[in-house]
Amino acid sequence: MVNAGLPAALTCQGLGKTFASGNRVIQALDGIDLTVAPGRITGLIGPDGAGKTTLMRLAAGLLRADAGELRVLDLDVSREPLAVQSAIGYMPQRFGLYEDLSVQENLDLYADLQGVLAAERRGRYAELLHMVGLARFTARLAGRLSGGMKQKLGLACTLVRPPRLLLLDEPTVGVDPVSRRELWAIVQRLVREEGVSVLLSTAYLDEAERCDEVILLHQGRLLGQGTPASFSEPLAGRCYLVNAPAISKRRLQMRLAALPAVADAIIQGESVRVVARAAGPLNLSSLDAGPADVEIRPVAPNFEDAFIIRLQGEHDVTTGESPPPPMAATMANDDAAVIRVDRVQRRFGEFYAVKDVSFEVRRGEIFGLLGANGAGKSTTFRMLCGLLPASGGRLEVAGHDLRRAAARARGRIGYMAQRFSLYGNLTVAQNLRFFASAYGLTGQRWRERIRWALDGFDLARHADMASGDLPLGYKQRLAMAAALMHEPDILFLDEPTSGVDPLARREFWHRINLLAEQGVTVLVTTHFMDEANYCDRLVIMADGEVLAQGTPAATKARFRDAERPDPTMEDAFIALIEQRAQTAGEPA
Amino acid sequence: MSARRGGALMRLRGMVRKESLQILRDPSSIAIAFVMPVVLLLLFGYGVSLDARHIPLAMVIERPDANSASFAAAFQQSEYFSPRRFDSIQDAEQALRERQVDGIVWLRGDFSRRLLAAGDAPVGVILNGVDANQARIASGYIQGAWQRWLQTYMAAQGRELTLPVGMEQRVWFNPALRSRNFLVPGLVAVIMTLIGALLTALVVAREWERGTMEALMVTPIRIGELLLGKLLPYFALGMGGMLLSVAMARWQFGVPLNGSFWLLLAASTLFMLVALGMGLLISTVARNQFVAGQIAILVTFLPAFILSGFIFDIGSMPAPIQLITHVVPARYFVAILQTLFLAGDVWPVVLGNAAALLLLLLIFFAVLGRKARKRLE
Amino acid sequence: MPRHILALALKELLALLRDKRSRFVLIGPPIAQLLVFGFAATFDLQNAPIAIYDEDQGAAARELIARFEGSRNFEVVARIDHDAQVAPLIDDRQALLVLRIAPRFSQEILSGGGGGSVQAILDGRNSNTAMLALNYTRSIVTDFNDAWAARHGRSGPPVHLEIRPWYNANLESRWFVVPGIVGLLTLVVTLIVTALSVAREREAGTFDQLLVTPLRPVEILIGKSIPGLLVGLLQGSLIVVVTVYGFGVPLRGSVGALYLGMALFLLSAVGVGLMISSLAVTQQQGLLGAFLFLVPAVILSGFATPIANMPQAVQWLTYLNPLRYFLIVLRGVFLQGNSYALLMDQYWPMALIGLVSLILAGWLFRHRMY
Repeated sequence: MVNAGLPAALTCQGLGKTFASGNRVIQALDGIDLTVAPGRITGLIGPDGAGKTTLMRLAAGLLRADAGELRVLDLDVSREPLAVQSAIGYMPQRFGLYEDLSVQENLDLYADLQGVLAAERRGRYAELLHMVGLARFTARLAGRLSGGMKQKLGLACTLVRPPRLLLLDEPTVGVDPVSRRELWAIVQRLVREEGVSVLLSTAYLDEAERCDEVILLHQGRLLGQGTPASFSEPLAGRCYLVNAPAISKRRLQMRLAALPAVADAIIQGESVRVVARAAGPLNLSSLDAGPADVEIRPVAPNFEDAFIIRLQGEHDVTTGESPPPPMAATMANDDAAVIRVDRVQRRFGEFYAVKDVSFEVRRGEIFGLLGANGAGKSTTFRMLCGLLPASGGRLEVAGHDLRRAAARARGRIGYMAQRFSLYGNLTVAQNLRFFASAYGLTGQRWRERIRWALDGFDLARHADMASGDLPLGYKQRLAMAAALMHEPDILFLDEPTSGVDPLARREFWHRINLLAEQGVTVLVTTHFMDEANYCDRLVIMADGEVLAQGTPAATKARFRDAERPDPTMEDAFIALIEQRAQTAGEPA
Repeated sequence: MSARRGGALMRLRGMVRKESLQILRDPSSIAIAFVMPVVLLLLFGYGVSLDARHIPLAMVIERPDANSASFAAAFQQSEYFSPRRFDSIQDAEQALRERQVDGIVWLRGDFSRRLLAAGDAPVGVILNGVDANQARIASGYIQGAWQRWLQTYMAAQGRELTLPVGMEQRVWFNPALRSRNFLVPGLVAVIMTLIGALLTALVVAREWERGTMEALMVTPIRIGELLLGKLLPYFALGMGGMLLSVAMARWQFGVPLNGSFWLLLAASTLFMLVALGMGLLISTVARNQFVAGQIAILVTFLPAFILSGFIFDIGSMPAPIQLITHVVPARYFVAILQTLFLAGDVWPVVLGNAAALLLLLLIFFAVLGRKARKRLE
Repeated sequence: MPRHILALALKELLALLRDKRSRFVLIGPPIAQLLVFGFAATFDLQNAPIAIYDEDQGAAARELIARFEGSRNFEVVARIDHDAQVAPLIDDRQALLVLRIAPRFSQEILSGGGGGSVQAILDGRNSNTAMLALNYTRSIVTDFNDAWAARHGRSGPPVHLEIRPWYNANLESRWFVVPGIVGLLTLVVTLIVTALSVAREREAGTFDQLLVTPLRPVEILIGKSIPGLLVGLLQGSLIVVVTVYGFGVPLRGSVGALYLGMALFLLSAVGVGLMISSLAVTQQQGLLGAFLFLVPAVILSGFATPIANMPQAVQWLTYLNPLRYFLIVLRGVFLQGNSYALLMDQYWPMALIGLVSLILAGWLFRHRMY
């Protein structure tokens, strides 16, 4: 260990914390024993509701533990919260930047609050602003920064007095891939050059691999602690990449997932990644994939494999096994375009949020809209749903021109918003009944579709529960059921998996696959680059324009070179953005 | 030790500077502090008046002659009435029913005869009693007009009016009984309550909503410094609103300021602190702006309006409600304001009410000290 | 009505009633205001403190003082015997009025000459209270004079007034204030329910979900106005019941005429609420907008002080205020026993305001949907 002589950054013993919510008691943390080593990056990983944020807040002295002991930098947090707060830096999930103050004023505030002496400030500001790349923007109001820049400013404010322990709560959520890479580079530099200890929670499992050590939490309990490799090692010999050119990768993934020998199957790049239930040769004889044209390649296990297998052991997760929701209508899978976007523009005052965007989506396709925050994908999306009129160009959805027959076009589409957006204080059944009526269903059909939603999405048990109190995964099911109430031809999904844990994401994509198989056209925006591989075709947008358009394979192939023989979607995305920045003649 | 104090000063300076910048950049704070007082003062100064003028009155004179004409003239000359002639009592009653007139003065056909013969002529007066207060005021004015007529009538007859008891009135502090003179000073208390309690509660709730509170709390700032940092800028803002209101009262509405300005300033300082204390107390309970706004209006604004003696006389309220008014800080401040503006430096009133304010201030801040914690739960 | 609009209205109602916060808004403030206004907002003077400065000490003076002591409007808190005591009593607000009876009062009154003189010294800080105290004092003195004249066979003044208030014989100001609360509270509740309804959905993100359904903007607007109407009607009825049975205010006119007025009034309140709703992006703004409408609407309605006392320009402004008309309807029906015919002039302006505001709300809604 590098800093063997230093005390641990954080230790806790028997740490427990409960919250009362209404008349329910939630055990947020339960008997946690752990030690965070100094001078390293420790990742705090776990699905939604695992207790990550609670642990962070306890360590920052913002909550008081119900049980156990918590020491940060050898100080008892419950006794000396101010001393702890003078020695640590903490960046909450939604960092509290004052949006009506400028970058410089935000820094000044935190320098004052942290007691940074005037003499030290100049040097520290210069260093921090250079590090986070905001030196040119000191006079800009924080509210006018992009999402990634805000996050970097938040980090700079946290670091204005060099902390000995840095607590970062999901610092990369909602941040585009480019900014995500930059944030990680900053954190790694801090550890390397300033010897800071970092405790970082994240929902991105690929980020876990970049940590020196990982703490795995689940429902308030500690599942394990160790290097990322120590988690994945037990799976050696059970992970494969499977290719079957004869059938689509989505169909292959569905069939693989249904096999009893397979514990987990997801699309990775152009292949399907499979984790077998047991070590040994993978027997795919029961895979109905035609003439033996199946290619199986063993690969090294990664952290995500380990995470899923580990959590499957915790409770009966039914990835790929939940009954398919029956859709009444199945349509012929012809090549007719059901969405036509032709040189569409959207102006807000002088600012073009979308300029000259054109693409077509064919029936039964899963079509992806990728881009950083502010790229114009949400604006495009809202125009397609009829939520925003276009300033120019032509939009056609299901054969209706949105300018003239918006209401009729809306009858043919289903829409699932980014955040959970059903009526939180209405029960599940009340929500379903309302949407069934709003879509004009009556009588027998009305009853049938509500029954279908309750059964098909396994919601019957929760029918009388306020939908706002549902666990996140169920909320998402309900939102999807409501969007499918009227059996739409086209389904619009806006960032459907943001904030959803990997298990629920798997279930979600399973359902989307089934719908696409039945001929429903799906248009989806996402910032998870690996999910882009589920799409048949996609467009990548930046600054309101389309940068690339085509199949995922073709998009990635453009950036294949000696350095990257097999580029990922994220590589391709970052390369595209950098290319654009170069041609535009200004740094991103 | 001095290094630690230096740190505290630096943290406080940071908070104050931040709050001030936010106030300057947020139009809604400026609006609540400066536009709202002006709007409220104009609305109350011009819109709310208990001084009846030109009360529409039906004059029914069944048989016009010199005596009835001179009686009617007493009403025509008064600025309190705008009389209309009606020929029959039925028409006049119909007009009263239709709300065209607020009262009827009815001289019957035998008015002159009974006046000359028996010296005992009745005059019927019917009032619309729906608005009891206005009816009472109108009845007072009618009696005044009647007495003035009696005097001139008797004088013309060469006789003297001999009532057993003659009453003489002397109204101190506000001889013309202008309602504006008592409404406008009281309004200063309402306005300062709005700025102090509502605005403070809202800005703290906004910090919770936007997640900035969590970032603040994790810095080494002490809870006292945090509260003081919030308090100082809004204190300045509230006093600014107070000065604006006082200036408008003095020069726009011509309300005399008979007491000392410095005493007014001192009392306002005390009340401003109480109002800010209420705002901060609300903010420890309410963590979103909606709830904070509701509570602030319900427990500070409405009582300041109704239970403070600003419009309605506390002494005439039922005993349980009078009891409640004792915990309404505005009650004490309204008493000080009305006294300082209209009466002058009446020390017993000022000191007694200031002592009550001080007591409330201590209670509020003691509770605040117990309730406010640097914790998220 | 089409089924999907009904479903929307039902959803709005459920969302309103299942939410703890909005339940509180519907129940808490109205009850508090009803109690506070009903009991505290009175212009009647009761037990106002007065001091007696009797320089005469004669029998006639004692008789006059006895009348003041017997009045429920006054309470004698002090008796003083020299000039210097007057100022502190008034200054310190210990007495609202000092009744000073001149020396030789009894003597002069008995002599039948120019009459005894009394002086009323008042604290004018609260001009209304002072005015009322003055009026009460004057009527006590007048009664005394009449009684004295009758007893001693003196002729009274050649003309005397016979004052009769209609509709409210005892001139109780509560009869005036409490029916007004019906208008005030239904306005507050209806406005808040409708003004926040769109903003609440915008904030929760459900508004987009609603807009992508085939419901047309007009249908959404109708669906959103029904709960406001229902809640207002229900709350209005409840307060009417409390007014009659709790506060004992007579309901003399036609209940139908009252409800016609209430329906038209609610229509205009819903129209204004939906206008605010279309403009407000956050609930905060909705609340602020409602507040900005409410305060002038209440002050310039004749709720507490008569419109006739306002400057002419402000009086014209009140013609735009629906509460102005509804208050007349309320008081007309409750106290004056009016029926439809006498209230026509109040009905049509409310209907007009309702129509215009609803059309404006529809227009705003369509143009601010995005």
